[in-house]
Parts: sequence; structure tokens; C-alpha cells
Amino acid sequence: MGSLFRSAEMTLCQLFLQSEAAYACVSELGELGLVQFRDLNPDVNVFQRKFVNEVRRCDEMERKLRYLEKEIKKDGIPMLDTGENPEAPQPREMIDLEATFEKLENELREVNQNAEALKKNFLELTELKQILRKTQVFFDEHEGGTNPTESMTRALISEDAIARQSGPVQLGFSEKHYDPEEYYPCFVAGVILRERIPAFERMLWRACRGNVFLRQAEIETPLEDPSTGDQVYKSVFIIFFQGDQLKTRVKKICEGFRATLYPCPEAPADRREMAMGVMTRIEDLNTVLGQTQDHRHRVLVAAAKNIKNWFVKVRKIKAIYHTLNLFNLDVTQKCLIAECWVPVLDLENIQLALRRGTERSGSSVPPILNRMDTPEDPPTYNHTNKFTSGFQVLYDAYGIASYREMNPTPYTIITFPFLFAVMFGDLGHGSLMTVFAAWMVLKEKPLQAQKSDNEIWNIFFGGRYIILLMGLFSMYTGLIYNDAFGKSLNIFGSSWRVSNYNYNYTQSVTDIMLDPASEDYIGYPYPLGMDPVWQLSKNKIIFQNSFKMKISIILGVTHMLFGVAISFFNHTYFKNRLSIICEFIPQVIFLVALFFYMVILMFIKWTKYYATLTDTPLGPRCAPSVLISFINMVLVKDTPYEAVCETPYMYAGQGGIQMFLLLCAFVCIPWILLAKPIMIMRSRKETSQYSVTHNQLNSATENGDAEQPIHNNTSQPPAAAHGGDGHDEEPMGEIFIHQGIHTIEYVLGSVSHTASYLRLWALSLAHSQLSEVLWSMVLNKGLTVDGWTGGVALYIIFTIWASLTVSILVLMEGLSAFLHTLRLHWVEFCTKFYSGNGYAFQPFSFELILDSASQSKEE
Amino acid sequence: MGAAALPFIIFTVLWGGVGIVLPIIVPKNPNRGIIQVILMLTGACCWLFWLCCYVAQMNPLIGPRLDKHTILVMARAWGNPLN
Repeated sequence: MGSLFRSAEMTLCQLFLQSEAAYACVSELGELGLVQFRDLNPDVNVFQRKFVNEVRRCDEMERKLRYLEKEIKKDGIPMLDTGENPEAPQPREMIDLEATFEKLENELREVNQNAEALKKNFLELTELKQILRKTQVFFDEHEGGTNPTESMTRALISEDAIARQSGPVQLGFSEKHYDPEEYYPCFVAGVILRERIPAFERMLWRACRGNVFLRQAEIETPLEDPSTGDQVYKSVFIIFFQGDQLKTRVKKICEGFRATLYPCPEAPADRREMAMGVMTRIEDLNTVLGQTQDHRHRVLVAAAKNIKNWFVKVRKIKAIYHTLNLFNLDVTQKCLIAECWVPVLDLENIQLALRRGTERSGSSVPPILNRMDTPEDPPTYNHTNKFTSGFQVLYDAYGIASYREMNPTPYTIITFPFLFAVMFGDLGHGSLMTVFAAWMVLKEKPLQAQKSDNEIWNIFFGGRYIILLMGLFSMYTGLIYNDAFGKSLNIFGSSWRVSNYNYNYTQSVTDIMLDPASEDYIGYPYPLGMDPVWQLSKNKIIFQNSFKMKISIILGVTHMLFGVAISFFNHTYFKNRLSIICEFIPQVIFLVALFFYMVILMFIKWTKYYATLTDTPLGPRCAPSVLISFINMVLVKDTPYEAVCETPYMYAGQGGIQMFLLLCAFVCIPWILLAKPIMIMRSRKETSQYSVTHNQLNSATENGDAEQPIHNNTSQPPAAAHGGDGHDEEPMGEIFIHQGIHTIEYVLGSVSHTASYLRLWALSLAHSQLSEVLWSMVLNKGLTVDGWTGGVALYIIFTIWASLTVSILVLMEGLSAFLHTLRLHWVEFCTKFYSGNGYAFQPFSFELILDSASQSKEE
Repeated sequence: MGAAALPFIIFTVLWGGVGIVLPIIVPKNPNRGIIQVILMLTGACCWLFWLCCYVAQMNPLIGPRLDKHTILVMARAWGNPLN
């Protein structure tokens, strides 16, 4: 196992596989997931590769499986997900799988077709049944009541003009037809979608000039449309008319409106008989339909048991053939040649896997794994586990570390939650966060199994360990700030007390400032964090600001120095002595001489001045402002001071020391700017006198450092040769420009980055003020109501307070503090040492392939 | 100096223990290095944070400005009644 401090050492390997063993070997490597294959035929079209056919077959199988899955989902059958991971089947099993899927698909399609046909039949019969039932009413009306119809007809005809205007009306008998014997004209009956009725009526009326008579009745129950499976409402209609011409016209209109026409006998007896026939046929159909559905269900249930398994198998086969497509075929066609990146430490595992693969395939010739030398940069591979992966993601989002570069993740595991907590410090809010994260961590397994596709939840869950540490550290910093939901805890007893005031005096003034020089202060501070008395005082912000600003700078300078220190390990690892001398050392001097000195001043100010020593040079009036002192130091100006203090300085000789530090810092600027390019220039002049052979060697290992003799054996870490800054190809002018930018970035960056750490103070101030306001403006209102109403009021107000606390103070403030912390790490910390020019190791791993496949399916 | 020795010793020993002693006794396992770094940084960060807060209050140059009602309550509750 590699450690997380640097990415794992990688090597390029060449792999010779027997054609018949290749499949099994690749399958074993896929299970292992530690090998990244390179495409050896990048100029070959995807369609011209060797195993295109197999990939296509896999695609086809996947399509069939998706079809099956869709059908299973449609029927709401639960799919069994045992979570087991079947091995990739042998190539010969592929045919069996194909046959199985083919059979299943065909069976299912057939069943579906049959079911559709049956349903269509069923629909027709039900419609016919409805027609027979409804038309019965129409016919009954005719037989029972000729008179009303007649009178209606007459009335309508006489008021023909009005009827026309008033729109479509049932109408349609010319006057000569009142004889009941001749009364039944031709008619057609059918069923139409209900929403089409008005248009249909109007069309009939207009096309037939009012010479038809339409009756319609709604079918109450919705009918299922067999092609789409939707429930639709329909109506039965019957149209009376006369003459063949009208008949063709009516039929055309019916066709146009997609109405289905059914034969309907005129005689009541026939109708009754027909209705009976229809009923029996419907019953028969129902049994058949039921059996068909049963069969379909059985097929699907059987398929649902295996479908996940099948998916895994098919995807594995497909992945293997995809990988085989990247390989090169040897001239004899007996052998496949692959190139791959592998972690050096895992070579043994890979050999074992290859051996297993060979045994499985029954091949007698073992595969050959050769290490190769390459001028290329290997991929970056960090061994993470569930705890560290979340933190690694933070940096991968910024840029994948260069190969073998110091990985900031191990340090970030603590510094990230800690800096977050400095901004978010609150015991109450921190414990809420901890409880939430602890729940996620403890319920890890079941929560993971649920595989939610809620993006926000997945982000929280993925960062559960980050959140847990953030919560724990927030609790600690909250304890130090003495803040819990905006209130303080008085655990050890305050160091301040009220002494020597009499009652009358206290009543005559609005407020009193306790005197630190008197007995009000017991002489030693509250042991753990802020004294609770400050929570009650009116000048709390003044006191806390000075404290929080100072710790922001202290933590910031420490953090930046830490970053610069890491760059030292990078330089030593890459044997880059030039950078240590010309970059690391002046950088440290610059940072220490200016900013770390300021930190020292802060501690001096904290410890040296006493409130009791009033009117002496160490009294409170003489304590100089650290910031002003620092600014004046840089500007080389004198600080004004009061006569009683005698000196503007904190210690003897401060002026001289500051002058010296300032000079050191200024010397560092040309040192960083010029030293390195000049050294490179000189060494180049020397090497240019070297023979041509050097150049040849140099081109063989493109990145070789000019100052170093080149040993091209693999026993040496490959990075050693590649580690220089790759200046050899760059023209001199560019090196100067590069270094100039670097210098400006560092020098100006030190100033702006130090100031940038003040966000620690700003955010923590905002957080504590917000929580205090929320307490006094919301919860306090509930606490001050008397009597039983107080209980009710508190109940409601607590709800509001609690939800605001969670939503604003924990979630929103937490998010903002998180982003600021991220920035502090990416910009202020990373720029000191991190180049992030690598590319990630993407191993051929079934696990990853299956994960991404199941995710893309869910979205 | 306005420091009391006891809290200083307690917290230094506590965080020193976390940051120095624990990393030494971490059992051997593949992640030993990471755990050591985590413990050391935890000790260092927490100790520094506590130290700053303690030192900042050691020699206060200003006192808390309190409302007169707060003064009365404080005097009564923290056992130093006004005369």
C-alpha cells in the first residue's frame, strides 16, 4: 500500500498475452482494478478494431436487457439486487447468454403482441356491447313515442332558420317520412372519442345539410386504449339518414373522425341475440387475457431474479472487449501486446492475477510483463480509503497533483476542519453538525446501500468524515470562544467580579467598566477560552475583535509557513538543490522577517503590558498598536508616542532589529527573482560545451535535468530524472519572465494572503453576532412571556428559533465558512508548493465501470 | 505574569500528549503515517488556539463594560454583594 503523502510510484509495463489467454487475463485485471491500459492503436477507427463484433453483440445484449428491465418496471415487479458480483463469463458462455436473452425477448414480444391483439379484440367487443345497450334506448324511444318525435320534427322544420343559427342539433327527417312503417331509415352505429363529439356533430350537420339524425350517449366507464394503454372516455352514437349517397358521406365522416362503426341489427330480437353472443365472447376473452397476463408475469418474475446479475455479466464482457481493442496484435497473430501503467508496489498482485487468468483459460504459455522506460509523466495515483477520499477530492477539484509531488491531503485532514471551525466556532452549532455527521458515519452501510440519486444528499454523504471533523473542531473552538448558540458557559467561574462598588454609585450611572488594575480582575485568566463575562459586556466586540484578528494572522502566517515548508520536501525529493537555495530559503526569510515578526510582536504585546502599571512605560496607555508598528516598520517611519512611555518600542533595540529584518526581506526579492535564472544560464553555458552525446541522452529522457548526470536505469526513482522544472527546453527569456511572475506572485501574495486570513476573524465575528441576535431577537421573546401563555409562546418561538438556527446558522453559515476554508487552502496554502499538473490514474476496474453504468442509468 | 501554572500545565500536557505521545504509540498499520500526522496537527492546532486565547486574556488592558443591572446581578449571583 502506498502512503498518501505522495502519489504511488508508477511504471509503464508491456504485457504479452496469448490470444486465447488474453480474455481471462484481462478479466482478472479488471477484478483487481490496478492497471491503466494505453491505447496502442489510436489512429485505428473504432469500427475497424479487432473485437468490434463482440462489442456490438454486447451492446445488443444490453439493449435486450434494458427492454426486459423496462417491462419489469412497467409491471412493478421488484428486481432482486443481491449485490453479488459474478465473474465475467467465459467467451463461450456469451453465446448461451445471447440465446437466453433472445429467447426471453422473443417470448416477451410475442406475449405482448398477443396481449395487444386480445385487448383490441376485447375493446371492440366492449364497445359493441355498449352500442347494443345504448341504442336499445334510442330504439325504445322510437317505438314508444312516435308522437313526440313527430311533433319535434315538425317544430324543428318550421323553425328551420333558427335551428340553423343555433348550431348543430339532431335533426334529419324529411316530411314525407312520418309513416312509422317506413320510419326506419338507414342508420349506422359506432363509438367515438368523447372530446370529438361536438366537432363530429357539426361536421355531420354541415356535410349532410341537416339531413341526418344523430343520437349519442356517453359510456360511463373509461376504456383502455390497447396501443398506448391509456384510459380514454368514449361515446356511443347512432346516425339515421336516408339514401346511399348520404350513407357514403356519413361513413367517410366517421372514418375521418376515427369513429369505429359496428353492425347493429334492426330487429330487437336480433339485437338481443347478438348481445348474448357478445357477452359470452367477452367472458372467453377475459379468461384468455388473464392467462396471457399470467404467463407474461411468470416470465418477467423469472427474469427479474437474474436481471441485475446479467447486467453485470454483460457489462463486464463488454468492458473486456473494449480493453482488448486497445491492444496491439503481434505479427504472428498469436499474441496480443498491451501497454499499461501499474503501481510498482502492486506488480506482484498483477503478476498473480495474470497467472490466475492463464490457469483459467488453460493456456500453457504464461503472460510476460515487462517494465519499460518512458520519458512520459506517469499518472498520479493516490491510495485513498473511505476516510481520506473525501479530502482528496477537495484537491483533485483544484488540480490533480503532479506525479510524486507532495500531496497536501494528509495535512488538510486537520487544517481544513480546524480553519473551518475558527470561522464556525460555536459549541451548539458544532454539536448539531457532529451529531448529523456521526449518524451518517454510523449508518454508513445501510445508507450506502440505498443509493440515493439526490445530489445534495450525495454531497453530504460523500463528505461525511469532513463534516464530522468540522463539527468536532467547531465544538472545540466554540468552547474556546465560549459560544454556545450565542450564549456563554461559566464552567470554571469568571475571572472578573464586582468589588468596591456601592449600590448608590452603581445606580447613578448607566454602565461601569470593571477595572483590570483593581480587584475586579482576580489576576489570572479563565482557564479554558474566553471569560464568560465578555458575553455580558457592552465592549465585547472591541475586545474580541482584537483577539480574533490577532489569531487570524497568527494562524495564517503559521499555515503559510507550513506550505512553504512542504515545498522544501518537494525540492529535496526531486533533488532540486537550485530551487532550495534560490527559492525556498529566500521565501522563508521573507515570510519570517516580515510576517512572523508581526506574530512575535503580538505575543510581546500580550505578555508585556500590565493594566496595573499605569503611568509607566509598560502601562496600558503605552501598549503600541501592533499593526501601526508593523506598517511604520515597513515604511521606515517613526511611531509617535506619549511622553510617559519614553519610547515607541516594545523592547530595547527594536528599531535596529526591525531595520535589519526589513533589509533581509528586501534582499530576498532580487534573490528570488534573479538567482535561479542566472544559475541556469551559467550551467547551460557549461553544458553547451559538452559533447553531442549528451544531447542525445538528453533527448532520450526529455525531462532530464541539465545539471545531473543521467542514469537511465529503473532502480532510481523515475521522478529524479524528471523532477527539475523542465527548464531545459525553455529559452532563457521565458525563464526570466517565468521567474519574474513567480517573484511578484510570492511577494505581493505574502501581503495579500496574510490579509486574506483576516476572513477567519470576519466570518467568526459574523457567526457569533448572528447567533447572538437570533437568541435575543427570537428565543428571548418567548422566554420573557409570563404565565401559561409563556409555555405556548415558547413552544412556537422555539420552533422558529430552531429552524432558523439550523437553516441559517448551521447550513448557510456552514456553507460559507466551508467555501472560505476551501479558498484558504486552494489559494493561500497551495500556491506555496503545489503545482497540480498531473493527470489522474484511471485503472481498468469493473467496480468503477459498473458504478458509473448504474449511475448513468438512474438519472 | 498573570498566568496560573495549573491550566497551563494541564492543557500543554493534554495537547502535547495528543500531538507527541500518541503518535509514538500508534500501532503499526498501513495508515500509521497518516494517523501520526493527524494527531500531531490536532495537538498543534488545538494547543496554539487555546494558548492564544489564554495569553490574550492574561494581562487585560481593558475591562468589560457592564450595564448597571448586570453589575447588580453579577454581584449577587457570583457571591460578592454590594455594600
